[in-house]
Amino acid sequence: MISAIIFSALFIAGSAFFIVNARKIRRNILLGKSISIRDNRSERFKTMLLVAFGQKKMFSRPIPALLHLFIYAAFVITQIELLEIVFDGVSGHHRAFRESLGGFYTFMVSFIEILSVLAFVATIAFLTRRNILKLARLNKPELNGFPRFDANLILAMEFLLVCFIFMMNGADEVLYSRGESHAMNLGDGSLGFSVSKHLGPMIYGCMPTPGLHIIERIGWWGHIAMVFAFLNYLPFSKHLHILLAFPNTYFSNLKAKGSFKNLFEVTDVVKPNFDPEYQPKLDPNAPVKFGAKDVTDLTWKQLLDAYSCTECGRCTSSCPQNITGKKLSPRKIMMDTRDRLEEVGKNIDKNKGTFVDDGKSLLGDYITAEEIWACNTCNACVQECPVNIDPLAIIMDLRQQLVLEQSSAPAELNGMFSNLENNGAPWQFSPADRGNWIHEN
Amino acid sequence: MSDTLKVPTMAEMMANGETPEILFWVGCSGSFDDRAKKITKAIVRILNHVGIKFAVLGAEESCTGDPAKRAGNEFLFQMQAFQNISILNGYQVKKIVTGCPHCFNTLKNEYPELGGQYEVVHHTQLVQELINQGKLKVQGGEFKGKKIVYHDPCYLGRANDVYEAPREVIQKLDVALTEMKRSRANGLCCGAGGAQMFKEAEKGAKEVNVERAGEALEENPDVIAVGCPFCNTMMTDGVKHFNKEDKTKVLDVAELIATANDL
Ligand code: SF4
Ligand code: SF4
Repeated sequence: MISAIIFSALFIAGSAFFIVNARKIRRNILLGKSISIRDNRSERFKTMLLVAFGQKKMFSRPIPALLHLFIYAAFVITQIELLEIVFDGVSGHHRAFRESLGGFYTFMVSFIEILSVLAFVATIAFLTRRNILKLARLNKPELNGFPRFDANLILAMEFLLVCFIFMMNGADEVLYSRGESHAMNLGDGSLGFSVSKHLGPMIYGCMPTPGLHIIERIGWWGHIAMVFAFLNYLPFSKHLHILLAFPNTYFSNLKAKGSFKNLFEVTDVVKPNFDPEYQPKLDPNAPVKFGAKDVTDLTWKQLLDAYSCTECGRCTSSCPQNITGKKLSPRKIMMDTRDRLEEVGKNIDKNKGTFVDDGKSLLGDYITAEEIWACNTCNACVQECPVNIDPLAIIMDLRQQLVLEQSSAPAELNGMFSNLENNGAPWQFSPADRGNWIHEN
Repeated sequence: MSDTLKVPTMAEMMANGETPEILFWVGCSGSFDDRAKKITKAIVRILNHVGIKFAVLGAEESCTGDPAKRAGNEFLFQMQAFQNISILNGYQVKKIVTGCPHCFNTLKNEYPELGGQYEVVHHTQLVQELINQGKLKVQGGEFKGKKIVYHDPCYLGRANDVYEAPREVIQKLDVALTEMKRSRANGLCCGAGGAQMFKEAEKGAKEVNVERAGEALEENPDVIAVGCPFCNTMMTDGVKHFNKEDKTKVLDVAELIATANDL
């Protein structure tokens, strides 16, 4: 009875805290400029299924993809077991579904156990790769501090979660075989779960019954506590991607990657020179700002991108400029965007719902012009991203800000601009000579 | 090799009451850069050889605005775009072939929304089409059996998913086509895109073109084939960096076809 009350309180508090934080993230994302993405629903849905659910793009690197799949599948499938845990927790039953579901129950739990073992192996592999083998893309400067701690913490939680599952099921298996389990005794002598029916007797076989009850409870409570801890940690972690990968891939750019957006703010100014009949596309009284200086100048989709980033660094490890030792790192672009957005969100929380200018901005305080100007606009980062994030779109918006609002392009580019303006070519050639090649030998 | 190229301009054609089948968009590099002009001429030789009725804009052509747009100067880009669109629409152009993936991308993807709608192909796609239609017969010639490695231009490959056309065309030459470690969608940029061609690189450990040329040279090729005049410049400089210019040539796919077949 007491445990049912404690459990219910934990359940309600855990869910409420998560909802509060999830709403904050939603609010932060909606601080972005509004754009409408309502086209091609079926193609979008398909993209989401393939890229987020099917993890299609992960498989360009098969080994980490497979290991990641183990953890992901274990995570998804374990949620089914959670139904029973919650029911048991609130009602004070133990393995309430076992009797009614029969063989299917044994199958499901066995399946979860096998995935848990695979996830355990994957977790150890990931910890090793990150901390001992020191894989380059997981050890770049932008991961120093919290991001590295974040990644290891989640892996540690996963590790513990699996330990708890096997404490719970393993101890229960031994108890059941002694007729001491709180699960309803069906007279079959074993719970019959694929892994714990072997592992349980091996580890706990010689332990006294009262001790086993304690271990079983530690496993049960540890398991559920871990799930709530995980859920509530998500909003602060890169692991938010397990939720946001779905909307983010649904809203991904379906156009050719080379097709950069045309600014209608500019069209409204330029086009009338060519077409006097032209009707402006945008409200002429609205304030115009070119490109993006701060996160609120980006669209909500770009902000969703930032919250969806897994910090995996696939983008950075394929970036020609980063590979050759330049400061630009597309992952850092995404991490900076999220960090700045969080800062803006906290500012709003502190000031009762309105943002009070803090004298900072994404461009300058987080991302430097040096990073922005290094980009080749090659789309390698966009291609690589397993959750269809577009770091290049943010880079372009920041470039537009630098050129159109701050007139601070590198001198050589200003030279290129004036050539283009005067000669219709980026070099100093006379436009009249454009056809000269025809007659040259 | 035929000495005289037939390159009518749009204005000349119109004056004669003729309409070309296709407009050849030469691009700034193809018009002004000495190395790239050779690529332009190779494309013309192919077009002359198959007898396609084509025209160029000549002095009426102007930069598509790609370098301005990628450098963040949207004003300049749109100025160029509207100017080009008014000329192209004035001539009622329907189909365009470009000698440069950047022109290709901009005309194909960014002009439509601004009022310029054309069917746009890259020259490697046109060559592939001509071969498939039986209009262009190709042999390996001097490249037969040679080892060729193809570098994907970002604005043809990733930006527009054109990976096969250039490869199919090269394979028609009876060569040993090999791939670099990073190729197709994983291809590494030559270092020119995003207006980097026009500025010094930021501080770092290495130039991008040296990284990429080094990767190509690992395959020990006779030819590094490219489909972009900017990649051509970058890869040529990269090969020189390794002092391999005697062994390994950097050639455009159009040049391979035109040279092998003595067009
Ligand atoms: S588009 Fe820019 S940031 Fe992305 S990989 Fe290429 S150079 Fe790096
Ligand atoms: S942007 Fe994409 S590829 Fe880059 S770190 Fe984030 S999730 Fe990984």
